[in-house]
Amino acid sequence: MAQGILVVIHQENGRVRRVAHEILSLAQSLAPGHVTAVAFGDQVDQTQETLGRYGADQVVLLSDPIYHRYSSDGFAQALKGVCEVIDPEALFFPANAWGRDLAPRTAGTIGAGLASDCTEVYRGDGGRLGAIRPVYAGKAYARVAIHTPRQVFSLRPNVQTVVESGRAAEVVSVDLSLDASDFKAIVTEVQESQGAKLELTEADVIVSGGRGIKSPENFQILEQLADALGAALGSSRPVADEGWVPHSYHIGQTGKVVSPTMYVAVGISGAIQHLAGISGSKYIVAINSDADAPIFKAANYGIVGDLFEVVPRLAQAVRDIKQDA
Amino acid sequence: MKILVLVKQVPDTATKIRLNPREAAIQTDGIKWVINPYDEFAIEESLRLREKFGGEVVVVSLGPVRVEEAIRQALAMGADRAIHVVGDAVLDSAGAARALARVCQDQEFDLIFTGKQAVDDDQAQVGSLVAVELDLPQATVVIQLEIDPDTRRIRAQRELEGATEWVELPMPAVLTAQRGLNEPRYPTLPNIMKAKKKEVKTVPLDTLGLKDAMWVTIEELTLPSERPPAKILTGDPGEAALELVRLLHEEAKVI
Repeated sequence: MAQGILVVIHQENGRVRRVAHEILSLAQSLAPGHVTAVAFGDQVDQTQETLGRYGADQVVLLSDPIYHRYSSDGFAQALKGVCEVIDPEALFFPANAWGRDLAPRTAGTIGAGLASDCTEVYRGDGGRLGAIRPVYAGKAYARVAIHTPRQVFSLRPNVQTVVESGRAAEVVSVDLSLDASDFKAIVTEVQESQGAKLELTEADVIVSGGRGIKSPENFQILEQLADALGAALGSSRPVADEGWVPHSYHIGQTGKVVSPTMYVAVGISGAIQHLAGISGSKYIVAINSDADAPIFKAANYGIVGDLFEVVPRLAQAVRDIKQDA
Repeated sequence: MKILVLVKQVPDTATKIRLNPREAAIQTDGIKWVINPYDEFAIEESLRLREKFGGEVVVVSLGPVRVEEAIRQALAMGADRAIHVVGDAVLDSAGAARALARVCQDQEFDLIFTGKQAVDDDQAQVGSLVAVELDLPQATVVIQLEIDPDTRRIRAQRELEGATEWVELPMPAVLTAQRGLNEPRYPTLPNIMKAKKKEVKTVPLDTLGLKDAMWVTIEELTLPSERPPAKILTGDPGEAALELVRLLHEEAKVI
């Protein structure tokens, strides 16, 4: 009978992102002793120790050169082969750009139901896994059931607790007999984005600017606060639409949906689409000159005042307290 | 170039979500229905490809009778004709993908285009699942596209965390659109008039012979828990800033 969880790991140059630690930890808590991690690509062998530390009892390391360049259809075929050998009850994917591409492709290829972007996966009364996931960008939450024999979940970054469980990470070799002609869509080039320091969906703290910033140059004021807090920079939709910042900054229902520990909204009035995109934040801090702005109803803390006076002083106060600590 | 563009009708993003207490569903009375915003990027890109290479853009939609409004709007943007799979049944992503794939496979096409996700269920699955159903390669979350009609090769730029990547794939293929790919056009009045006369072929969902049970079901919907009332600081900016940092440090413990 199918048992355990297959955690699909995104690695680059032997390194994994924090979301990998998160979903391994969750898998180990739900299927203790029965967690298999599978990772692809060049230098994949270097991930073994890390995968074990965060919860992999065994690892499948696909290091063949055909796995050095990502291919959604090729990797999905490979995972189908891995599932036939490992026979897991469920697959976990990170809900990042890589996992959001590969998870549905794999779910379709293996004929399993997928719950995307889950914030919680639990073991239900009948012993099967169930999940909670946001819908309408977080305006509501759905408890979903997956009825196929094998279940697939993608997990939103920054939500699950990381636990170091120090498992064995025993290497299991799987013979997949795929060749390059099985791979149709292939990544040929990766370009680092300019200026993007911290990724919004993975950030613990976000400082975000709206129309109240008044001009693109004034984003510098936010950068100072973001630097002091060690935060990623985001924006409301109008600011991105105006071209003041790249589209990748846009947070909201039709932009990025974020779940940081602290979200600082500066000069953002709080349109319903924006509030949906930040509803997963643990603390929301609002700075706005309009005391009636809807953002204050969604916030935990707020300052009513001129952001050009408040933000520099806030940045200084943050630097001071961090220096004392 | 023949392009099928999959369009979903969704509640406008300005909709305040209210739950229907007896069912795991939202209240739909008074909702303004619109084309899924990401599908608009897919429609626009399809129209631009047709303008460049010639061919046809066919809208394929699934859902109840009201969906025709979204279809007419896509036709008013410039699509040539449409197929509406009509049914009231609630489907999961896999069911919707099977129904759409069934209709697509009876058409000639070089590309299937849709949005990277629908802003109602946010599953972001249908594009990939249609691709699997039809055994086609995919490129999702596309922000830039280059097509060589002679070699029938596609180069698609995708957005990643702090980076972008280029994917190369052969036609036919399934592509899903992300904001930034283009700026969708508004329908002009003459085109709105023309759209009323364009062909919309209806296909009853229950004639497609899809018998599979739902793979994924919603058991319960809840609204996010309300935050406690905010602590709002006013007055001198310097003092307010200091007090906020104190609260964040001592009370919330986030600094």
